[in-house]
Amino acid sequence: MKAFLALEDGFTLEGRSVTGACDTGGEVIFNTGMTGYQEILTDPSYAGQMVCMTWTEIGNYGIAPEDMESGRVHAAALLMRECCQVPSNWRSAKSLPDFLAEHGIPGIEGLDTRALTLHLREYGAMRGVVSTGTADPRELVAKAKALPEMAGQNLVTRVAPSAPWRLGDAGPEPAVPDARGAFDWGGEPGAPRVLVYDFGIKWNIVRMLKAHGFSPVMVPPSFTPAEAEASGADAIFLSNGPGDPAVLGAEIATVRELAKTWPMAGICLGHQLLGHALGGSTHKLKFGHHGCNHPVKDLETGIVEITSQNHGFCVDIDGVPNVKATHMNLNDGTLEGFAHETLPIIAVQHHPEACPGPSDSRTFFARFRKIVRESTGR
Amino acid sequence: MPKRSDLKKIMVIGSGPIVIGQACEFDYSGTQGVKALKEEGFEVVLVNSNPATIMTDPHLADKTYIEPIEPNTVAAIVRKERPDAILPTLGGQTALNTALKLAQMGVLDECGVELIGARADAIAKAESRELFRDAMNNIGLKVPASAIIHSMEDMREAAKELPFPLIIRPAFTLGGTGGGIAYNMEDLEAITAEGLAASPVHEVMAEQSVMGWKEFEMEVICDKQGNAVIVCSIENLDPMGVHTGDSVTVAPAQTLTDREYQKMRDASIAIMREIGVETGGSNVQFGINPANGDMVVIEMNPRVSRSSALASKATGFPIARIAAKLAVGYTLDELRNDITQKTSAAFEPSIDYCVVKIPRFNFEKFPGAKDELTTSMKSVGETMAIGRTFRQALQKGLRSLENGAIGLVRTHEETPERPELMALLRTPNSKRLFALRHAFLAGFSIEELYEITSIDPWFLRQIKSIVDEEVRIRDFALANDTTPENPELVAQLRRAKEYGFSDRQLAAMWRRPESDIRDLRRETGIEPTYGLVDTCAAEFQALTPYFYSSYETRQEAIPAQCKKVIIFGGGPNRIGQGIEFDYCCCHASYALRDEGVQAIMVNSNPETVSTDYDTSDRLYFEPLTFEDVMHIIGLEKPDGVIVQFGGQTPLNLAVPLKRAGVRILGTSPDAIDRAEDRERFTALLHKLGLRQPENGAARNLAEALAEAARITYPIMVRPSYVLGGRAMEVVYDDEQLRAYFQKHIGNEQLEHPVLIDKFLEDAIEVDVDALSDGKDVYVAGIMEHIEEAGIHSGDSSCVLPPYSLPESIVEELKRETIALALELRVRGLMNIQFAVKDGQVYLLEVNPRASRTVPFVSKATGVPLPRLATQIMLGHTLAELKPESMHHSGYVSVKEAVFPFRRFPGVDILLGPEMRSTGEVMGIAGTFEEAYFKSQLAAGQELPMSGNVFISVNDKDKPHVVPLARELDELGFSILSTEGTAKLLKENGIHATRVLKVAEGRPNILDRIKNNEVALVINTASAVRHTARDAKSIRQATLQYGLPYTTTISAASAVVRAIAYAKRHHAATPAAMPPAPQVRSLQEYYGLNAAQ
Repeated sequence: MKAFLALEDGFTLEGRSVTGACDTGGEVIFNTGMTGYQEILTDPSYAGQMVCMTWTEIGNYGIAPEDMESGRVHAAALLMRECCQVPSNWRSAKSLPDFLAEHGIPGIEGLDTRALTLHLREYGAMRGVVSTGTADPRELVAKAKALPEMAGQNLVTRVAPSAPWRLGDAGPEPAVPDARGAFDWGGEPGAPRVLVYDFGIKWNIVRMLKAHGFSPVMVPPSFTPAEAEASGADAIFLSNGPGDPAVLGAEIATVRELAKTWPMAGICLGHQLLGHALGGSTHKLKFGHHGCNHPVKDLETGIVEITSQNHGFCVDIDGVPNVKATHMNLNDGTLEGFAHETLPIIAVQHHPEACPGPSDSRTFFARFRKIVRESTGR
Repeated sequence: MPKRSDLKKIMVIGSGPIVIGQACEFDYSGTQGVKALKEEGFEVVLVNSNPATIMTDPHLADKTYIEPIEPNTVAAIVRKERPDAILPTLGGQTALNTALKLAQMGVLDECGVELIGARADAIAKAESRELFRDAMNNIGLKVPASAIIHSMEDMREAAKELPFPLIIRPAFTLGGTGGGIAYNMEDLEAITAEGLAASPVHEVMAEQSVMGWKEFEMEVICDKQGNAVIVCSIENLDPMGVHTGDSVTVAPAQTLTDREYQKMRDASIAIMREIGVETGGSNVQFGINPANGDMVVIEMNPRVSRSSALASKATGFPIARIAAKLAVGYTLDELRNDITQKTSAAFEPSIDYCVVKIPRFNFEKFPGAKDELTTSMKSVGETMAIGRTFRQALQKGLRSLENGAIGLVRTHEETPERPELMALLRTPNSKRLFALRHAFLAGFSIEELYEITSIDPWFLRQIKSIVDEEVRIRDFALANDTTPENPELVAQLRRAKEYGFSDRQLAAMWRRPESDIRDLRRETGIEPTYGLVDTCAAEFQALTPYFYSSYETRQEAIPAQCKKVIIFGGGPNRIGQGIEFDYCCCHASYALRDEGVQAIMVNSNPETVSTDYDTSDRLYFEPLTFEDVMHIIGLEKPDGVIVQFGGQTPLNLAVPLKRAGVRILGTSPDAIDRAEDRERFTALLHKLGLRQPENGAARNLAEALAEAARITYPIMVRPSYVLGGRAMEVVYDDEQLRAYFQKHIGNEQLEHPVLIDKFLEDAIEVDVDALSDGKDVYVAGIMEHIEEAGIHSGDSSCVLPPYSLPESIVEELKRETIALALELRVRGLMNIQFAVKDGQVYLLEVNPRASRTVPFVSKATGVPLPRLATQIMLGHTLAELKPESMHHSGYVSVKEAVFPFRRFPGVDILLGPEMRSTGEVMGIAGTFEEAYFKSQLAAGQELPMSGNVFISVNDKDKPHVVPLARELDELGFSILSTEGTAKLLKENGIHATRVLKVAEGRPNILDRIKNNEVALVINTASAVRHTARDAKSIRQATLQYGLPYTTTISAASAVVRAIAYAKRHHAATPAAMPPAPQVRSLQEYYGLNAAQ
């Protein structure tokens, strides 16, 4: 079925829908990873975004149940050059088009994804729509313009949980606090308990926390500092998530409060919220960083890590007292991580949990484990 | 950590001659490496015996040693030059093995030389099967179950524990030489014998077969700080069991999930660290069980490789250049990505196109060799294609092969009968992709074909989709109107182009001329767009104009408004057309750039220097077909194109391009035709009063027999319009002529006739290269062949200047060369082959284009021929260029050919008119004897100083063998001969020990060879080509046991002269040892002349 893509500035492309009729929109971004479409689709940070994969053969290895990064697809659409109908991989349980259709998310193939990427690189990420209904560019462009802009959008509310949960072997399960507000943390005896503020967390962050000896419980962004105090946690972790951090005033206030007393770590949106809370700011990048090949230099060791990235906003900490940059992107010099000089707080912009992408920066979890041990004795 | 300041002088070792498994890619990486080191201010000493390389151009390194790459010679160079360090990782297995040997000999310690890039222990760990297996166990990675053995007894013992089939891999060999798959005990013994002989350390591993598993490769690069990045992942279409050099390979990996990919990435980096690679590029191969994802490590190369060259071309990441910089102390983050010039080199390229590499085979040149792909590499070249999708890239790659395929769909090819088809599917072979197409047409399912071939269903499905599209395209023309007004046609055409179908395929399917399809596309606006190879999938702006075509919406190649010339390269290497032509293309490009003309390169060979993105101003990585090059011409609108440097491939385009109105620089296509066309050529010679052997042409057998009777036997027979002596044979009688027709021609009336020449027996062949501007002629080099006329010129060794021709003959050769060049109005290069017999000069062949010998002559004389030829094409004259002023002399240069016979068990090693060598080496010295000695050493023939020489010659050669035998006898060798030769020698008073022929009982000559009792074999074939099993089995054993040998009396005579020289001039060295070599750089040789 023919499908049309239109951007708000009038750029259009023709393709084919692999998921039947569709009519939807969102911010159009590109991702340069050559593997990991399943992880990307299910990463809640992509909420509200239509993802253009720059690699051309998508869907070859199908969908594997173990590779989910959340319970569902969050991206608004998947834009591809070529979509594989019959995958080949021993772990594949279903095809990509079936998976997309099941989740009601359009998959469009036959697009000149390179032209689209070049356009986004030149003019920046922007709003767009895909439709099988009409080929009229004016109508489509008007629709794209009517969508809300990414800057200023609070998308966390769309993906964050409403109640505490933990990740069991079979998937998420509710975590109910006792009368005093304390959780049953489970895990190994003596394992540090980490309260994870879930703004749309990727499951592999939870898996990595567990692998590093933590007992994590995920809580909604509205979880108050007092509730955190009562929960029996040893440390706080701020997850990744979608949208513009600058509009998350309440969350930033919560983080500012938590930062006073807790050892803390943040990834991606968590990093951005910490940046704001400690006195820094964020700005929107022209087309963001979305891929698996960005070099990040650890400014302390000089080692370069190849990292998984997915962010449209960047933290600025220049002049913020007691906060020092710990990581820098070697491509554009943007901030990739910072640490507080007196408080046990660390954060990175990229994704040390990988999935998709390289595992070079997994040491982040060990660093977190270390500062928790140093400040709590656990 | 910036550049090390303690190093001043660095030695780079090249890879020597082009052989199967080690080709131009090491010129590409070596040239990049040398340039990178020079850029950093180091003094560079280079050793490489291969004169056809860009890296051995005298201006590139500070000292260029065209000397044999063997430990004694390289040790002599090290002692003379005293470099601070050796970088051994750019010259393939040859350089790595040589460096390791130097370390073991103590030469490095003695001279205080450091190995940079890979230390000796790391090389040993990666190369020794045993150490490698232990290293992998240390880091928790699996390798296939295996046993390492050093003798046949060990192997028999080991086989009790290991299940058949077993993969046999000798240690320290390249491209899997001497390896194979053993299905039973008999195979095992044969392959083990071969493997033990091939391994320099007599070590062989027998390994659990993981045949049918999926095969992957990772290209890793790391710096001394421990930073490591993956440049490229590669998935093989062919499953395990086919050598990766013979496999169709695809970048990036297609069927791995992120999780599996990252596991492999982590393993690759862990392996690099465990092996102890300090800096540079490495390649790791993995096998994956398709049923459950079990991963095994197959091997690791701690150096740049064929795959890394491919990875560099596929991604734009210059692995060798970066590796050279890392070796001298930089870290990845200190280096920039050349392509973007902004972002860091510490990154992993992301690509937004699919790259397919397809090997090129030459089985037809080796009758007796089985067209079967195993773990021992057999392909002689490769082509790479870039498309947006796998389908597009695959079809582009197939039409780049130049083996008659115009894509997956070949014209007029019947589907084979089922048994034949099954055989083609079941055992991997060079025709397997086409067999898959036939299987799909015959109704095979993906599941069945997966069962039969173990090729991953993803690839099978892609191939099926091309076949399905083929059927749709065929049906379309039956049912539809094919005018540009039909929108269905436009959609069909566009889809066909997206699927990679060429105009020729469409034309064949729709039974219309190719030009119709082109017109249809033009009218409907279906034209290719060019995308950029930018390392980053468009994330950053790229500044390097490196393009590929596809059918998309955005044109990224924006032509410059300036004077520009397009150079057409040679496509995939094959026997007869290889690095020599690429050398010429590169120089054409350099010359254009120096003249201020934009140089645009078009080529499809990923191994070459010409496809390095900084060789030319612009690079189009495209097939060299009329359609593909016309698209580029249409876009770029060049001031002219150059077709005379890339060999037969671009030359074949000359006439169609001229017809299409393209301006061809240099010699006119008409002149080329006058030289190629038999009748016009004869007329040309008549006009100039030049003599050629009696000749004729025939379009069928009857005509041929009549011509043969007129000319009289022996005759040389060949088809017209071929390069490399394809199907060229010497025929001695009617019976043989009939057999020739049956084998090569068939019963049809031919369009292009078979050419018949009187064969001049025992004539001396001479190659002449010349340069002309149409008014003046510069005779650049006269090369006297050592082997007699009748051996293909590419397979003969030759000497410059001539070593036996009288001055009067040399003058006559010059006179004829000048006359021909002027008559043909050659503008550029010309090559002529002459035969000299009984004081009479005969013209054999004229080629008004760059020849295979151009780089050799350029090196031997110091005159940069392809550069001057390019300048002439741009309008300069010889009078202003003054090539004579650049000419150096005062020494002797010998070119020797190198053969791939070891790769093709069962093939006879006798030389003939059909070219079979893959590469060449050069020996330079003050005398012919020493230069020849060096050329033999460089080609891997270590001439013995003592021992038994086995002599068995045909009747024709008997008179000539007596003086040779006498000299050998006087030099202290013992002579072994079979009855006839022994009797002859005894009659002439030479002591010879008679040995039994194979048929005469035992112990016979084969036993003697196998017991290491023979040091040199001189064995010529009977004039009437008889395939007596005895003679052939002797030659087989010679090859198998790696003995020095010659199969012509003329070469035997050169060998004896060289041995005599070596023994006389190095009397002090122990008798059994080769003499300490005298080494001199090219710059010193050129200086000799200047001093005189």
